[in-house]
Amino acid sequence: MDIAIVRTGVANTASVVACLQRLGAKCRITEDPREIEQAAAAVLPGVGSFRAASERLDELGARETLRDRILGGRPTLCVCLGMQLLAEASEEAPGAPGLGILPVTVRRFPDRVKRPQLGWNLVRPAAGDWPEPGHAYFANSYRVADVEAVQVGGWEVAIADHAGPFVAAIRKDRVLACQFHPELSGAWGESLVGAWLGRAATEPDKATGRKEARC
Amino acid sequence: MLTTRIIPCLDVDAGRVVKGVKFQNLRDAGDPAQLAARYEAEGADEIVILDVSATSEGRETAVNTVERVRAAIRIPLTVGGGVRTNDDARLLLEAGADRVSVNSAAVAEPALVARMAERFGVQCVVVAIDAAGSSGRDVGRWEVVVKGGRERTGIDAIVWASQVASLGAGEILLTSFDRDGTGEGYDTDLIAAVSTASKIPVIASGGASGPEHMALAVRAGADAVLAASIFHDGVYAVAQVKRELKDAGLEVRL
Repeated sequence: MDIAIVRTGVANTASVVACLQRLGAKCRITEDPREIEQAAAAVLPGVGSFRAASERLDELGARETLRDRILGGRPTLCVCLGMQLLAEASEEAPGAPGLGILPVTVRRFPDRVKRPQLGWNLVRPAAGDWPEPGHAYFANSYRVADVEAVQVGGWEVAIADHAGPFVAAIRKDRVLACQFHPELSGAWGESLVGAWLGRAATEPDKATGRKEARC
Repeated sequence: MLTTRIIPCLDVDAGRVVKGVKFQNLRDAGDPAQLAARYEAEGADEIVILDVSATSEGRETAVNTVERVRAAIRIPLTVGGGVRTNDDARLLLEAGADRVSVNSAAVAEPALVARMAERFGVQCVVVAIDAAGSSGRDVGRWEVVVKGGRERTGIDAIVWASQVASLGAGEILLTSFDRDGTGEGYDTDLIAAVSTASKIPVIASGGASGPEHMALAVRAGADAVLAASIFHDGVYAVAQVKRELKDAGLEVRL
């Protein structure tokens, strides 16, 4: 599978690339909206600030491309800040728009817990049986706490607890978005990315109706 | 709830893991990528690499070491040693570090911490603080030391911890210079003071000879515990440490 990793600026992509390569995927890092649109699978990586990433999407002209990809259920993996960008906005950057796919605002963890949330936290299904519970590595000061608002959109939701439950990961069609870093979450995280790759390679593309070949 | 992280530390010189007491008398302890992979398999939650090379050739090798270790592990990698600028940090991040640790350069120029946080995000910035205790009427105070303890700075370690947290540090790697390499246990008073003052996560370092020391550090306020020689020497496997911590009532990832 050929994967386009969106260059959002300062995001450190080495660990994501290493993870995907271990799983047999071919990666290229791109700033070209056409490549992002056409790639069999795309990754929106996530280190940096919400405002810088939001501005970057506009500079690249990739905002609509990514929105269409994700709303169309095409193979896309969003990591950490990449997941937060699916929201409408973030307390981290008032006025900076997200992709507006989730009807929520990203909010800062309250003062009663250490910020950033840094380390391994137990991830479990909010409902249903996805994902298999396991520990994931988090490094974030902001999160989506409104679990129900996300579920209403038809997403499967995984949660973890830090000052109460928050959205740890979501899945719909062939889109996977994780607040944690699956690429840094050991064998458990790798299997999550592996399952996403598996879906990406075999299920029909809802947007175009064609079946993308495994490569 | 976050689990207590167990972090093996690899002191690396010219591409090899070394170990010593109080930053002196370095001996070879193996290949960094092999050791890191073994520690991950045993259940390590993160790997820290500290480049202790004294030469610029050694530093160039460090980038290559980071690339090799990143390819070998699926857990977070924090790298420090000789980081003076955002460009130094960027090279390490591009090579596969997830977080970069800065020490004496931040003491010399605190604004570096803010610049790193602005550029790479708070979660990427670890400030390493080496603290030496005082005696007599100054007991309960700690001084920041740099250059492997050869230079005292006159800076109060607790004040400094609070300052780096405001500047944008995402975590403090706190080493007790007095305890490092002694096996006498972490300095729990120091940990408690820094954890309370900084309000950001703290990695305890220096002095562990077993899980009981680690449990004490966590109860004092540490979010993670770092050790080198007990793992390198095979005194404890990471998995064994985690089982004992779990038995002691701590949350760990097994």
